[in-house]
Amino acid sequence: MNTLLGVENFRIRRGGVQVLDLPSFSVAVDEKVAVVGPNGAGKSSLLLSLACLLQRDAGTISFRGKPVSKSGETAYRRRIAMVFQDPLLFDTTVIDNVAEGLRIRGTARNEAREIARDSLELFKVGHLAGRSAHKLSGGEAQRVSLARAFAVRPELLLMDEPFSSLDLPTRIVLAEDLGRILHESGTAAIIATHDRIEAFHVVDRLVVMDGGKVVQEGTPKEVMAEPVNSFVAAFRRTTVPT
Amino acid sequence: MELILDGILQALRLVVSLDAEVMAVTLLSLKVSCSATLISLFLGIPSGTLLALAHFPGRRLVVSLVNTGMGLPPVVVGLFVTIFLWRNGPLGFLEILYTPSAMVLAQSVIATPIVAGITIASIQNLPANLKLQVLALGATRVQMVWILVREARLPLLAAVMAGFGGVISEVGASIMVGGNIKGQTRVLTTATVMETGKGNFDVAIALSLILLALAFGVNYLLTVIQQRERPR
Repeated sequence: MNTLLGVENFRIRRGGVQVLDLPSFSVAVDEKVAVVGPNGAGKSSLLLSLACLLQRDAGTISFRGKPVSKSGETAYRRRIAMVFQDPLLFDTTVIDNVAEGLRIRGTARNEAREIARDSLELFKVGHLAGRSAHKLSGGEAQRVSLARAFAVRPELLLMDEPFSSLDLPTRIVLAEDLGRILHESGTAAIIATHDRIEAFHVVDRLVVMDGGKVVQEGTPKEVMAEPVNSFVAAFRRTTVPT
Repeated sequence: MELILDGILQALRLVVSLDAEVMAVTLLSLKVSCSATLISLFLGIPSGTLLALAHFPGRRLVVSLVNTGMGLPPVVVGLFVTIFLWRNGPLGFLEILYTPSAMVLAQSVIATPIVAGITIASIQNLPANLKLQVLALGATRVQMVWILVREARLPLLAAVMAGFGGVISEVGASIMVGGNIKGQTRVLTTATVMETGKGNFDVAIALSLILLALAFGVNYLLTVIQQRERPR
């Protein structure tokens, strides 16, 4: 396996409680991984710590075989992107939102806007470029948020329940589009989700977490065939409209 | 009622005739209060941002002190600035007591906690994960702070308004450190106090109305900018 991201002996404690305990975890180049589990399983903590946005008590991250040092965290974050549950758009136009990551990297304004426009088109929201970001619907805002993440051409995309606040039809369409774009672009991704729709449209591997630990992993088919706990069993029974 | 009407007429007469003394007093009021507001922005926005984002022991105490400072009585500020600028005081060597510079200094002391306090609230009111989102986009710490301040720009305009409103209308500090010297440190508020003391109510009302118009004009301008930024 051509490893893109690897972590070793990852441990995070909060208020005396272990929220994450990962002896080993890795993602291959071009691999799409879904992290599922009940509330408090440690999914968000995993993603935040993988982006070096949450201080860990122990453990190392390596990216393309090179360890990520404390001083190299910003440079590392410029090779990945993260999408949160809330779109967290800036108080400006849609196009400037999408161009922000590029502007942060020093890309000239016009060039950044051109790339941003392409990214918006990719997510079918090019027509919203000039609109104020605060005048978008939930689905539009999340598409813009994804376009912003994609605009920086990340080698790895982290997504923390990106569609959980959207209605079912919007979720299905967005998950389909995201899955297609991820596969076409060959971008590796980790998506934390409660939702079978996101998991099944997007991923190659399913990782089940509980109590801050990985309790099961495999292809979606393998995990669904032998659920390790009641959460996975319930997850398996969730109806996915087709 | 007649007194108020006389005051309004007198105000119109003074403004229309471009009365030299009233113009000088009005311009000095604007100059002193705008300078103090600018200084308070330079000090208050960075310190407020730092207090909103940083975590250090005693932070809550410092924030409480800033919040208390938002209600600093101008006479108390005037007293302490006078003591500091007094001939034998720690800043006596500056020799600026009873000058507009002393008034700017006192008004800056009044406005800075107001600006800092509103800045803290504005930055803390941004969505909880916005800071993480900015960092996740690859921002350095400095870029992150700049983007968060930019995101809070509309509430920060309220800080400008509150800071300016706090100093243009104060009288205690200005009269103590400025001395209300004709042609040198007389501003609209101190002149109003003096005219009232002399029983010249019509002139006092006129000066008050000019003061109100000035405060309204500046705040109207800032409000227009604020509302234009985020149309409903």
